[in-house]
Amino acid sequence: MSVGSNIAMNSERRRHKRLKYLIEAIAMVFGLVLLVWSMLPVYNMVLIALSDHGAVFSGNIYPHDPNLNSFVIILHQGFWYLEHFWHQFGNSIFIGAMTSFLTLAIATMTSFTVSRLKLRHGWLLSNAALMTYVIPASFLAIPFYRIMSIYGLGNNPWSVIAAMVTFATPYAIFIFQHYGKSIPMELDESARIDGATPVQIYFKIYLPLMSPALVAVGTYALLLAWNEYLYQFMLLSTPDSMTVSVALAQFLNSDESPWNYMMATAIVYALPPIAIYYASRRYMAAGLTMGGVKG
Amino acid sequence: MSVAQEMYAPRPSTGEKPFRQPPWAVGPRASDVIWAAAFLTPYIAVLLAFVVYPICFALWLSYDADAYRHLFDYPHYWITMFNTLLMVVVGVNGALFLAFLLSGYFMIPSRWIKGLLVVYMLPWALPSLAAFLSLHWMLIGYGGFMNTALETLFGVDGPIWFDSYGLAMTCNILSYIWKWMPFWTLVFMAGRMAIPQDVYDAAAVDGATGLQRFSYVTVPMLANLYLICTLLFTLWTIGDFDTTYFVSSGSPALTTEVLGTYAFRMMLDWGYVEIGLAGALTALPVTIPLALLLIRRLQATEVQL
Repeated sequence: MSVGSNIAMNSERRRHKRLKYLIEAIAMVFGLVLLVWSMLPVYNMVLIALSDHGAVFSGNIYPHDPNLNSFVIILHQGFWYLEHFWHQFGNSIFIGAMTSFLTLAIATMTSFTVSRLKLRHGWLLSNAALMTYVIPASFLAIPFYRIMSIYGLGNNPWSVIAAMVTFATPYAIFIFQHYGKSIPMELDESARIDGATPVQIYFKIYLPLMSPALVAVGTYALLLAWNEYLYQFMLLSTPDSMTVSVALAQFLNSDESPWNYMMATAIVYALPPIAIYYASRRYMAAGLTMGGVKG
Repeated sequence: MSVAQEMYAPRPSTGEKPFRQPPWAVGPRASDVIWAAAFLTPYIAVLLAFVVYPICFALWLSYDADAYRHLFDYPHYWITMFNTLLMVVVGVNGALFLAFLLSGYFMIPSRWIKGLLVVYMLPWALPSLAAFLSLHWMLIGYGGFMNTALETLFGVDGPIWFDSYGLAMTCNILSYIWKWMPFWTLVFMAGRMAIPQDVYDAAAVDGATGLQRFSYVTVPMLANLYLICTLLFTLWTIGDFDTTYFVSSGSPALTTEVLGTYAFRMMLDWGYVEIGLAGALTALPVTIPLALLLIRRLQATEVQL
């Protein structure tokens, strides 16, 4: 009897094991499909960037004579679309950094006032902020273009910074207000008893305790500005005011452009955001989850 | 009076009210009003100069019955609307549904699936300009990587993707899904991780099978998140510019345009600023209720960082 049940158990276990292997195999095949799906355009980018100009559309699925010439050209700014490449790279960094800084400054000041100074009807302001997203940014590009020339900011990096700050702040205020709820009000109150002014509370209590949210939102604003194309194209027109994204799309002006240089530029342009995303991916995705599960 | 109130109440020097007030009377203290005003000035300035003014300007520019009449007379506008609708219905729902399923796949505790996730995130980490330029040249037709691969690996002559409306639209929508699915997968993964394990344990004790755990625990727990994501992603998609502009760039013959590229094309290619703006603004009856609904939903939920 005991022997029989042992045999039954063994075959049961074997069947279980076989099922496990089967599931594992299916998961692996599926994973392979996903890998190809995710990597195909990236591989295409690298393939073109490593090819010579004449060999770009020659019908090879692997680089025939892989070389880094395109990257060397970028490094030395050796093509006329890329003459100001490093200067433009600097422009992109400047616009990103300024957007990030101003978004943080303006949004923390607003959310501090609304939630810590207990502004009456403050929720109206934060809702008004979110209503910015009612009209998608791409629809406003043309009025923005006109308005910037009215303000005298045509072809000026500050016009792009203003646009990017405008679209980043509502989200920043939203995050700060929700995150700020975790900072106990008692801290403000005891600082007040010690005679602190709102400015001191803002700098000495509010900002330090908000630092995780500041990092997350600062990165968000930086990448928003770095990855943006439409506004930078509309608002910046000369080679020395352009950013990398505008310079990159310039290659499309001609049908005979060296696509290998373009793809190499695209790779160089993509490296900083990739590095930042991978370094801070936990913040980036979770920040947008908004704990919807608990809702 | 609570202890705290008694502690904070004696502040006669400034002659203020006791610190804790009933919630309906909460407001800044008299001495704070100037600070509050100073702190709010930058944002209110931004709001007026860069949100209110451009929107009023756009409404004023497009405030012209002729512009709307021209708009509705052009078939181009209706095609554009239809394409935008297609992007929302197929692109948004496709990306979110697949992301929801994939978030379960990536929760499998295995080392190589973790490694795969790192690669799978790449489309999201790439700037959309770089990604879509690559997709454009990949699908360019003869000599493009897709057709080369089809011919080399399967001996099939690939089509010229952007020469047919159906194929070009498919390319745009698939590119859009390719770009955004990883992001939503990460969002749903964070959502799944927030579900307490004891709920699953309790379900297992009650004898729930894997499928039952999925449909009676995971699905209801993530329903709210899924709804928020749908609203948010729909709003984004209605205004999306990069995908269409760089992948198909409207080919063939500007039939694959969406609302995001419409105003831009109308202005730059033909100089019809008013018509382009009027076209874009016809999306407002859809986006305003969506945004209001989203704001209400968001206020009821908590933020995780």
